[in-house]
Amino acid sequence: MVNDTSKATASRSGWGLLWLALTLAVLAVGFYHAMTAPTEATMGNLYRVFFYHFPHTILSFLFPYLNCGASLLYLFWRGSSRERALKADAFAVASAEVTVLYASVGLATGMLWARAAWGIWWTWDARLTTYLLLWLLYVSYLLLRSFSAAGQTAVVSAVLAIFAAIDIPICYMSIRWWRTQHPAPVFGGGADSGIDPSMYPAVWWNLVGWTMWGAFVLGLRYAIERRRQRQDAADALAYLGEPQEAR
Amino acid sequence: MSYAAHVWTHLRKDLRLEWRSKDSINGMLFFSLLVVSVFAIAFDPTAFPGISRQISGGLMTVAVLFAAMTALSQSWVRETQNGVLDAHRLAPAPLSALFVGKALANFLFVSAVELVLAPVFAVFYNLHPLGEVWKLLLILPLGTWALVGNGTFFAALSLRTRNRETLLPLVLLPISIPALLAMIQATTAVLTGEFEPTAWLKLLLAYDVVFTMASVLLFETILNAD
Repeated sequence: MVNDTSKATASRSGWGLLWLALTLAVLAVGFYHAMTAPTEATMGNLYRVFFYHFPHTILSFLFPYLNCGASLLYLFWRGSSRERALKADAFAVASAEVTVLYASVGLATGMLWARAAWGIWWTWDARLTTYLLLWLLYVSYLLLRSFSAAGQTAVVSAVLAIFAAIDIPICYMSIRWWRTQHPAPVFGGGADSGIDPSMYPAVWWNLVGWTMWGAFVLGLRYAIERRRQRQDAADALAYLGEPQEAR
Repeated sequence: MSYAAHVWTHLRKDLRLEWRSKDSINGMLFFSLLVVSVFAIAFDPTAFPGISRQISGGLMTVAVLFAAMTALSQSWVRETQNGVLDAHRLAPAPLSALFVGKALANFLFVSAVELVLAPVFAVFYNLHPLGEVWKLLLILPLGTWALVGNGTFFAALSLRTRNRETLLPLVLLPISIPALLAMIQATTAVLTGEFEPTAWLKLLLAYDVVFTMASVLLFETILNAD
């Protein structure tokens, strides 16, 4: 039994290392393309931060929905299958943390880029505000997790995750209305007004690379969380007396 | 007993408790008056009537929100004494009726505070609204329900956490930002008369419907979290 588990763990970490090596290779190619892409006309070399900003922002809108899905699955399985529910919960934590990580990187690179493109670090325009709110929502999710009582962390945070996922589209709409009713100083279209085809390789390699990196971090965090859950269960059983077979 | 009868029982119980102690209304009222005076000192609204119209909607919403947050977790702490909450869980009544009853009670308390606060604002901030004032009668209840409904839900959610008084604003504020924004914008629209509050009213209505449904559906899960 023990031998089987350790063998499975070993093969899983082997695949993990392979995935990590592949990710690093793709990221290296992405870095090469990002640095060798033609210099942009108005912003010069500073615009290259865009190749990192773009994948992080796109992906930080994907992870919240993984988080919401895992939370729904957790609530669904909570009554019937404890093991599956725990897996869903571990996935929910991992995806929330990766959301905060990617959104933080997205905010930081976005501010660097804004400084280069608009001359200011921050402006309360629709997209930036929505993005900041996304970041705030998932930071509050993590805070709730760390504050809540041990037995009910998973449930209360799953409920908050569902509320947060409902909130994101409403936030997005309301802030768009807000900014169109009170027009802010005009800022150019930025990257969305189209990019030169010579920059495509840098964009795509980095997008693929950072997606793989996100998947890697997510998987790693998931594995750590699963291990923590098993440790907690073992501790609880140890308190009860003689070690028993975990279900 | 029908669902409405359960809600009415819970509501009546909360109203009676409040009538006897008057804790949360007095606390909220005095707190919001303090917030109003502190803001008045900070911005000197009587000197600049234009600015006063621009900021009053936001200030009033913030004052009400802060005041409500002081009372919301208290409204659940009452239920934890003597294991009342566990009795609720055992009772053969829909648990969400407890939530709806308490949210309605909190809604009435906060609305009472607003009724006192609005004239005070008009006097202290030298307000002469330029839009149609009757629309406030739609905006304020819808906005208050958005804040109080979610607030009651999240107060129940953070009830058994460590330092719940800190946690409640931390989870409530990010979720409520669309409602706050809509309430502030609609009130400002009425006060300045520069634009129509209709779009914001619709947003508030949609927010209320969506989040009330989510709260009612998920309340039982929250209460049976352990």
